[in-house]
Amino acid sequence: MVGSHTADGYRGGMAERAVFADLAMQHMPALYTTALRITRNPADAEDLVQETFLKAFRAFDRFEEGTNLKAWLYKILTNTFINSYRAAKRRPEKADVEDVEDLYLYHRLDDLQTAGTGRSAEDEFFDHITDDDVKQAIESLPEVFRIAVLLADVEGFSYKEIAEITEVPIGTVMSRIHRGRRALQKALAGSTVVQGLVGSAEPGH
Amino acid sequence: MGTGESDVDCNETLYRLYTYLDGELTEERRHKIQRHLDECETCLDAFDFEADLRMVIAQGCKDHVPDALRQRVLEALIVEEQKQQFTKG
Repeated sequence: MVGSHTADGYRGGMAERAVFADLAMQHMPALYTTALRITRNPADAEDLVQETFLKAFRAFDRFEEGTNLKAWLYKILTNTFINSYRAAKRRPEKADVEDVEDLYLYHRLDDLQTAGTGRSAEDEFFDHITDDDVKQAIESLPEVFRIAVLLADVEGFSYKEIAEITEVPIGTVMSRIHRGRRALQKALAGSTVVQGLVGSAEPGH
Repeated sequence: MGTGESDVDCNETLYRLYTYLDGELTEERRHKIQRHLDECETCLDAFDFEADLRMVIAQGCKDHVPDALRQRVLEALIVEEQKQQFTKG
């Protein structure tokens, strides 16, 4: 019946799709952003998001109400990526990063503290860093580190949630996040904005 | 650098920096780190930098969902639903 709002009305096929769409579509911006960063390609990102939503809808009756829908969608996205998109590339990506110390970027900027300008290199960095610098730095990370950093720092998932999403032990998650962040700092330190600060800090060169 | 009431030093504070920012420390440890930060400007400066950096990273990563993608997914869900109804009879 049109306009029926009884609880039973939502159990039928059509209503279930409406319920699913209502709950899941709000997570699309986050899922799309993550898909774009991990596939590094808008067409693949769109396919990955669509496949994630379809798989989630097919399995929706197995989703436990009251649990974390966003984490559940991310688990499907991550699995789908690993099983189809990565498999298509044949050659596994180099899964190592050149390691640097903690607080690498902070110390690097500290070294550049320019005399006379009255502004800290940190302030200059935050004033000039662009979204593209950030995206490029993230996308330069090897896949496992990139996914860990995206889930932790961009989406704010807990270690435990990330362990469930990526299906690895929590200790592995912590190590990936930690190394991924250091690698990200190294990449940001190599970005044009920091290179520009290096240039202005060394007028003799 | 602060000594005072707090019983964690700068080394331990910086070591726990990320776990602190991740909100993954126990209440007790979090409290100790907080006390150290209250009295140590050097560590606080590093914490502030990392917190700001994380915000810049999170914001810098956002992309706008193309309207066509929303449409495409909603349509794919309808097709999927019809398939399911057909198989279920």
